[in-house]
Amino acid sequence: MRDFEYEAPASIAEAVQVLGRHNGAARPLAGGTDLIDQIRVGRHQPGVVVDIKKIPELNVLELSAAGLRLGAAVPCYKVYGDPKISAAYAALADSAQIIGGIQIQSRASIGGNLCNSGPAADSTPSLIALEAIAVIAGPAGKREVAVENFCTGPGKNVLQPGEFLVELKFPARPPHSGSHYRRFIPRNEMDIAVVGVGASVVLDEKGEKFVSARIGLGAVGPIPYFVQEAGQRLAGQPVSEATIEKAAQAARDMARPIDDMRGTKEFRLHVTGVLTRRVIEEAVKRARQ
Amino acid sequence: MSTVERDKAKAGSNGNGKPYKVIGTRPIRHDGVDKVTGRAKYGADIHPTGLIYGVVLRSPHAHAKIKSIDVSKALALPGVRAVVTHKDLREPGDRILELGEGAVNLRELSNNVLAADKVLYKGHAVAAIAADTIHIAEEAAGLIKVDYEILPSVLDVEAAMNSGAPLLHANLFTDELGQKATQPSNVAKHFRFETGEIEKGFAKAKLVIEREFRTATVHQGYIEPHNATALWNADGHITVWTSTQGAFSVRQQVAELVDVPISHVKVIPMEIGGGFGGKIRVYLEPVAAILSKRTGRPVKVLMNRADVFEGTGPTPGSYIRVKLGVDAQGMITAGQAYMAYEAGGYPGSPIGAGAMCIFACYNIPNGRIDGYDVVVNKPQTSAYRAPGATNAAFALETVVDEICTQLKLDPLEFRLKNAAREGTRRVDGPVFPRVGMIESVEAIQSSEHWKTPLTGKNRGRGVASGFWFNCGLKSAVSATVNPDGNVSLVEGSTDIGGSRTGIAMQLAETLGIAAEDVIPTVGDTDSVGYNDITGGSRVTFATGYAAYEAARDIQRQMVGRAAQLWEVDPSQVTCEQGSFIGPEGKKFTFKELAALVNKTGEPVVGRGSVDPEGCGGAFATHVVDVEVDPETGKVQILRYTASQDVGTAIHPSYVEGQIQGGAVQGIGWGLNEEYFYDAQGTMKNATFLDYRIPTCYDLPFIDTIIVEVPNPGHPYGVRGVGEVPIIPPPAALANAIAQAVGVRMTQLPMSPPRVLHEILAKKS
Amino acid sequence: MAKKRIVSTTINGRQVELLCEPRQTLLEVLRDTLDLTGTKEGCSNGNCGACTVLMNGRPVVSCLVLAVEAEGATLETIEGVAPVDGLDPVQQAFLENAALQCGICTPGFIMSTKALLNENPDPTEHDVRFYLSGNLCRCTGYDKIVRAVLDSAQKRKKAVAAK
Repeated sequence: MRDFEYEAPASIAEAVQVLGRHNGAARPLAGGTDLIDQIRVGRHQPGVVVDIKKIPELNVLELSAAGLRLGAAVPCYKVYGDPKISAAYAALADSAQIIGGIQIQSRASIGGNLCNSGPAADSTPSLIALEAIAVIAGPAGKREVAVENFCTGPGKNVLQPGEFLVELKFPARPPHSGSHYRRFIPRNEMDIAVVGVGASVVLDEKGEKFVSARIGLGAVGPIPYFVQEAGQRLAGQPVSEATIEKAAQAARDMARPIDDMRGTKEFRLHVTGVLTRRVIEEAVKRARQ
Repeated sequence: MSTVERDKAKAGSNGNGKPYKVIGTRPIRHDGVDKVTGRAKYGADIHPTGLIYGVVLRSPHAHAKIKSIDVSKALALPGVRAVVTHKDLREPGDRILELGEGAVNLRELSNNVLAADKVLYKGHAVAAIAADTIHIAEEAAGLIKVDYEILPSVLDVEAAMNSGAPLLHANLFTDELGQKATQPSNVAKHFRFETGEIEKGFAKAKLVIEREFRTATVHQGYIEPHNATALWNADGHITVWTSTQGAFSVRQQVAELVDVPISHVKVIPMEIGGGFGGKIRVYLEPVAAILSKRTGRPVKVLMNRADVFEGTGPTPGSYIRVKLGVDAQGMITAGQAYMAYEAGGYPGSPIGAGAMCIFACYNIPNGRIDGYDVVVNKPQTSAYRAPGATNAAFALETVVDEICTQLKLDPLEFRLKNAAREGTRRVDGPVFPRVGMIESVEAIQSSEHWKTPLTGKNRGRGVASGFWFNCGLKSAVSATVNPDGNVSLVEGSTDIGGSRTGIAMQLAETLGIAAEDVIPTVGDTDSVGYNDITGGSRVTFATGYAAYEAARDIQRQMVGRAAQLWEVDPSQVTCEQGSFIGPEGKKFTFKELAALVNKTGEPVVGRGSVDPEGCGGAFATHVVDVEVDPETGKVQILRYTASQDVGTAIHPSYVEGQIQGGAVQGIGWGLNEEYFYDAQGTMKNATFLDYRIPTCYDLPFIDTIIVEVPNPGHPYGVRGVGEVPIIPPPAALANAIAQAVGVRMTQLPMSPPRVLHEILAKKS
Repeated sequence: MAKKRIVSTTINGRQVELLCEPRQTLLEVLRDTLDLTGTKEGCSNGNCGACTVLMNGRPVVSCLVLAVEAEGATLETIEGVAPVDGLDPVQQAFLENAALQCGICTPGFIMSTKALLNENPDPTEHDVRFYLSGNLCRCTGYDKIVRAVLDSAQKRKKAVAAK
């Protein structure tokens, strides 16, 4: 592996300083499950690896009336290990427990999954569905970016040199809401999504009509997509096969998949529709519980 | 071998009754504690004093001429001690070396270890560096400047056979049915097997089905990457520590490639983390040796996972066309196959074995098989568990199933009717002795699985059978009787799956002692007689045979000692259940006599050295239930049962383990495993993330039915077990998918995109 | 080149101080510096589980941990599993169930099994298969491994009850 320095700042201010000092040659390390391999194969060649796990704010995991705060370095197992968070933010827990195997989940963080900005990241569609906001720290202070605007291309995002993700903020879950994430993979575990769909729905009191819905899509374009059109097609409509199919069609229309070793374009387009339908159905089921 | 004859009768007559005390029991394996505590030393675990590290630089191109290699910058990096290239190996010429499960041409082997003037696949080794740390060696590899002239590449067997395809070797002229062609091509060889009259056979058929099949390149996928550590001593003697299926084979290959007498190479076989045929030919061992010669230090060279995928033996992708004719009674009248296998960069695919296996489960009165060995810009193929047979069975067994479906024949009944049996002549000539194809089918027929109807939507059940030859080859062991009555057994077959215990059990059975009273060790090439590789499903058969012979030798010596002590003629002493019985009620238990051995004369050391014929082929029949998601094409396995004629199961747990493991490798091959290349010939999925071997979460328990048709060629009736279970799964899965969703898959793997594609095509 | 660091950590109950470069993985340091070669390298990118160790009680793939990150951590490796006078019930179950063939994946499976049973002492077959899906085995088809893990759970329960 290429040579690099290692620093482990204890505060946000210190981390900003360290990252700033190296002018883009530094790379934050949370769980390391992407970064260490990427350094090994030469995809990233940082001069300094900045371990951000010692910063208290990055380890926050806090559920309150205001919503959920998820520090950028919190490992996946803590997310799905919390029954209240798993119940309220089910799509997030769904994602957290299928990223890699158990060993990966001991280290990998949702924040890292987002910052790695892979088009097939398993958490990003859930974050989009659950309206997460990325809180970013940098030389100019803190700023917030809606998660659907975070990724800009494969492996690329809005983070500027010297900036890093501090936490993800989620609004409180409304009553009669449910969410779900599911991906298609050829095996039953230990795979990268060929298509991934996250959905959150809010139903009326009777559970018969969609009040609102948000759909996030993964692995069918250069970035994870927020399928606004799907939500619009569901809002105010009765929960029915026909409405859900319309939302699925919107997802299919937005998908821009490629042929690669994980699946063909034909396959991904078809499965986008199938999964969107199945994920919305499951989210509805959860909302009704 | 009169004792063999006697025991043969015994084994034959007691196939069910099991007259054995040790054979058929399940003792804890002798090396078990070391392996569950992390103490067992595998190849990468060796750490000799003064160790430095080697790294191999590999070609980024699928096909290119090497114009020059500049190593000056690499050598200048502090900590770098040597850089070597092909020039540092000997040019051994076009000589053929038999490795046990396939032969190699030494010139090609040498070029595969380090490329001379041309690279033939991405990942082809080009140079190697030794440095103080692995990190420095890796950095140095990046500083070597290789000037390549990139050539067009060809990756697919059909494309490679086309005239006008890029040529890998300007001097490769097809051996066309024994005649050398006049124009070079990528087809190394075309051969034909024939029996009866093929046209007449098809004319007699009521139904003839002909189909084309394509299978992807797949890898053995052992979890332990290749490794080699070598010390070239000042006296010219070389020690090699490595994970290999054949220490003696490595010894010979290294001696040839680095040009030293064979006895100057000592190979210490470390514990091996899986091989499946892929750890027979050398890759790193000669490189480590020449790096050590240049540095005077022991050098360890390890592959990473990408190196393993890109640089070591996959099993070939293939194109197969099968035509089968059946008469109104459901009897096969004729079979024809056209089979083209990818050899990788150099000739030598397992097409021969594939061609001999394709029809072997059946009586084919009229048959013709054309086989083609074709070079492509992929890594040189190596043996993989029944090499060549799985591709073939996928094609044939799918056609058999289609015939059964069309004629509404029960697939097991069809197999029973047409099964190969004693006296059946294979299309390629040999006539079967007593074999267990029928029994393997009958076992499935009477299984709970088969008798339980499968219900539910999108579900299907498929069956398929398979045949593998197995092999015998040479084995030698020695065994020393200790004063406490235990016996130390030194053998030379690397233990990949519990074979130490299987061999020790045969020694114990013969001597009438407990399995635990045998202390087995796998020796190095200076400590034990010559042994061929651990491969060809031969170790429990042949090395077990050697252990049996060693036990007989011990018995003869101990009978002599008892006679001497009792002052009687040796003919008056017999062995019964581990004791020595003399006249007038005289008796020594094995332990009693063992305690006296060294006090009363020379030590008792038994030797067994064999090259047995009659290994006895193996047949397997598998049944699988699947559920297919019609909207995604994903196949879920619901239930799996494998039956196999194993001759005699020495240690049933490890026999079951071989069947289960082989079946699951076949499942992986059938459903998801494949080399995925881009247009430039770069493998895009050289990781365990995207080269998808099955995980435990993909599978149910794999039920096994052990059928015992004792092999007349072995004192305890042993047949090889390891290879045949990989053969039926892809076809069984294809047949189950056909029943579940009505689409016939003709391409491997049957991954979700392919299955969905067929489902959608059928709908529209 | 980056300066070497001193890392203080607890491995198998013993305080260990080691010297490493920032770029060295925990796997490399365990194997090459500390000679704890029971932890195996299968893929070096977190996909096979052969290098699984417990870090602060959690299973991790040591190929994707930097050794410097082990500062202050508690580590358990396969070498620390067996008690002085025998084997751990998990190890015993792997032997009795013939749950290994080549054995290269075995240490990783045993470490993951330890972690599983710590979290879930009475797992179902499904729980076992899900939890162990990050550990690859190419020899056994997993049948006997899954049975061994289920058997370990029973053995552990018995051992606890006996105490």
